[in-house]
Amino acid sequence: MGSKLLSKFNIKTNNKSFLYNISTYAIVVLAYIIIERLIFTNSITSLMKGLLVPLCTYSILAISLNLVVGISGELSLGHAGFMCIGAFSSAIFTKFMKEMGVQTIWIFIIAIIIGALVAAFFGFIIGIPVLRLRGDYLAIVTLAFGEIIKNVINAIYLGFDEKGVHISLQDTTSLNLSDNGFVIIKGAQGITASPKYSTFTIGVILLLITIFIVLNLINSRTGRSIMAIRDNRIAAESIGLDVTKYKMIAFTLSAGLSGMAGVLYAHNLSTLQALPKNFGYNMSITILVFVVLGGMGNVRGSIIAACILTLIPELLRSLSNYRMLIYAVVLIVIMLFTHKKEK
Amino acid sequence: MENRTILSVQNISISFGGLKAVNNFSIKIKEKELYGLIGPNGAGKTTIFNLLTGVYKPDSGKILLENTKLVGKSCIEINKLGIARTFQNIRLFSNMSVLDNVKTALHESYKYSTFTGIFRLPKYFDYEKKMTNEAYELLKMFSLEKDASLKASNLPYGKQRKLEIARALSTKPTLLLLDEPAAGMNSNETKELMDTISFVRDKFNMTILLIEHDMKLVSGICEKLTVLNFGEVLKEGDTNEVLNDEEVIKAYLGD
Repeated sequence: MGSKLLSKFNIKTNNKSFLYNISTYAIVVLAYIIIERLIFTNSITSLMKGLLVPLCTYSILAISLNLVVGISGELSLGHAGFMCIGAFSSAIFTKFMKEMGVQTIWIFIIAIIIGALVAAFFGFIIGIPVLRLRGDYLAIVTLAFGEIIKNVINAIYLGFDEKGVHISLQDTTSLNLSDNGFVIIKGAQGITASPKYSTFTIGVILLLITIFIVLNLINSRTGRSIMAIRDNRIAAESIGLDVTKYKMIAFTLSAGLSGMAGVLYAHNLSTLQALPKNFGYNMSITILVFVVLGGMGNVRGSIIAACILTLIPELLRSLSNYRMLIYAVVLIVIMLFTHKKEK
Repeated sequence: MENRTILSVQNISISFGGLKAVNNFSIKIKEKELYGLIGPNGAGKTTIFNLLTGVYKPDSGKILLENTKLVGKSCIEINKLGIARTFQNIRLFSNMSVLDNVKTALHESYKYSTFTGIFRLPKYFDYEKKMTNEAYELLKMFSLEKDASLKASNLPYGKQRKLEIARALSTKPTLLLLDEPAAGMNSNETKELMDTISFVRDKFNMTILLIEHDMKLVSGICEKLTVLNFGEVLKEGDTNEVLNDEEVIKAYLGD
């Protein structure tokens, strides 16, 4: 077995990417072990503890957006929208199960799958018309999509009783629920008292799954085709690559991974609301900043940038007004640093 | 022994706005032939390549590749039917390694699904290995194997041209179209390229149609020529005959 494994990796050019992949996994696992150790010895502040799941969420989001921006070469400004869809579709399910009195870890695993699949489905639907076009259309449509999703969810009232699902766009009373019924989404108030399943361990596992999917995709037939189309669309067509198909694969997969991040995000909160802060275009831009600063197509860089840029504003809270100034300086420093490395 | 006809183009025309870029163009290329397409700048040579590969659709006329009609088919379908090409201004997958450029083009020969790729099923390892081996073999033929892990855009110009030919060959075509393969090369590189082209023809039993301005290359390796001027065929026939034709000389050198 050992020799068979070795011969698989003996191919000269695979060595570099193999080392890169291993080091990416290693960084995440090492960070996990150190932090778990710190939690165990109680030498970590509660502020930091509260940041652990968001760090995983943002890392997953950054990697998933990198798949579209860095690997596939398209600009998406609506990944917060896919995150939002993943968050709400899974939270509806877990809230429903909670009201039914079922609360196990299996529910959360099913919720993760639901969130990822629903977000991927929306990615697919949006991709069909848009990925046929060239240029900035995708950026514009995804930007609008993210905002629409957020506003639609803010307007929806959703309830459930023995007669089935009730949906209204007015208020909870117009849902006409029976006495046994319960409200799941209360319009702009969102989903209240949703179960908190997310833990740091689950976050790291999802992050590792994301890394696994994206890195393996890059080093496969599909990944090469996606990158070939990014590098030269006309040449890619001339060797028989189906441009739309490969762009769709990248975009759908990316939307699904963002949905997964949304599930993690949603189940880390006791009240889930679609606010501009968490699902608006500002969030999409923030994720894009992680990707750009981490390096286009660089999975490891995306994780590092997401972590550093999430931690800095929190760690500098004591400096109050100066923290955004320092944040800006850090952005510039990272940009200079990654730029040099690329040469 | 009469070779069968690989490509037969009958009276194709295309206009862009008021300009007749190609007018009533016909050509017949037999198996294993090395055919040259020459003409002054702007005569419509590259447009003909674009018509053959499905980038443009001709306004009228027929294109047959071994009895299959090509008009109306997409670039991708035409590549699958057996036409591969290189480009006048090199179009490589510039951020990918030299090896990956060739492996990408082998996608039809070793098909496995995205799922197999992500979850690393046994088929993945099997096919990737075969793909890498085949890619290396191809690179060796073009003495590019030492540069396999280099980024394609970091290759010197001559090698980029070679890589483009290697990539086109990876799709296993029956007809290879080369668009000014010697453009920008010095005489040594051109000489080497001529050897490469003849080698490819013999090794793969390939039929080759090439556009070229370098007369040394054209007279050195092409067996037949078609001269294009203002989108129309000026002359066609055996290379020596055509190159000594008065009208052709006039079109090239002016009155």
